[in-house]
Amino acid sequence: MSLVPQYDPIQFGEAALKLRSFRQELLASNLVNSDTPGYKARDIRFGEVLKRNLNAQVQSTGLPMSVSNSRHMVAQDHTATPVLYRSAVQPAMDGNTVDPDVERGQFMKNSFFTEATLNFLGSEIRTRISAITGQGQ
Amino acid sequence: MSLLGAFDIGSSGLVAQAMRLNVTASNVANAESVAGPDGRTYRSRQVLFTPTKIENAKSVGVQVSGIVESAEPLRMEYKPYHPMANASGYVEMPNVNPVEEMVNMISASRSYQANVEMMNTTRQLMLKTLDLGR
Repeated sequence: MSLVPQYDPIQFGEAALKLRSFRQELLASNLVNSDTPGYKARDIRFGEVLKRNLNAQVQSTGLPMSVSNSRHMVAQDHTATPVLYRSAVQPAMDGNTVDPDVERGQFMKNSFFTEATLNFLGSEIRTRISAITGQGQ
Repeated sequence: MSLLGAFDIGSSGLVAQAMRLNVTASNVANAESVAGPDGRTYRSRQVLFTPTKIENAKSVGVQVSGIVESAEPLRMEYKPYHPMANASGYVEMPNVNPVEEMVNMISASRSYQANVEMMNTTRQLMLKTLDLGR
């Protein structure tokens, strides 16, 4: 574990926020479909996907952006995000695998982490602003 | 910003659950109706939920894809002096199951609450995003 940050904090925050809001949407879908027969609950492995997005090994399905400098940001979309199925603890009779309690818990956690990411990003931005203006805010 | 997408998904849930609540209310209200305006005996109605694509959201919402009438046999009550009675003195009563409808109502209102809660949380996150860098 080196003390030198591997990624630009703002770039990191952006990728994390994008993925957080995507996951928020997924969990919202699960909650909304908790009474839909045959619906299967979906989720992503957040850490893995974030690492993958940051390393930008996966190019977007559109035109790949050519990068002439290692510090250029590569545009990302979630079209190729591997969305998995949550394994059901107690599958319902109608084939629905949504457990509202599990989804609500995950939703709350995801909300908390989104807020944490926003705080980190905000403080990074404020740090840079004070570095530019040369005076404490 | 796909937090807006989570919002749209939540509202699709609200619409669907509200319709389910409406249909349930209709069933409970008509549990003792002999014949509807078309002369047919009222039959218990149930909503069908299916996942649906939401515009400008990457994930799916929910919609009411249709309302079906229950195929359960009608309840026959022996009321020989009733004007609607058939030759053997029986009146066709709706096949509404009050217990089922109560369960439906509770389930729908719980899901509705869960969706409202989810939308409130998302709204707070959006407001936090607006304060970024302040």
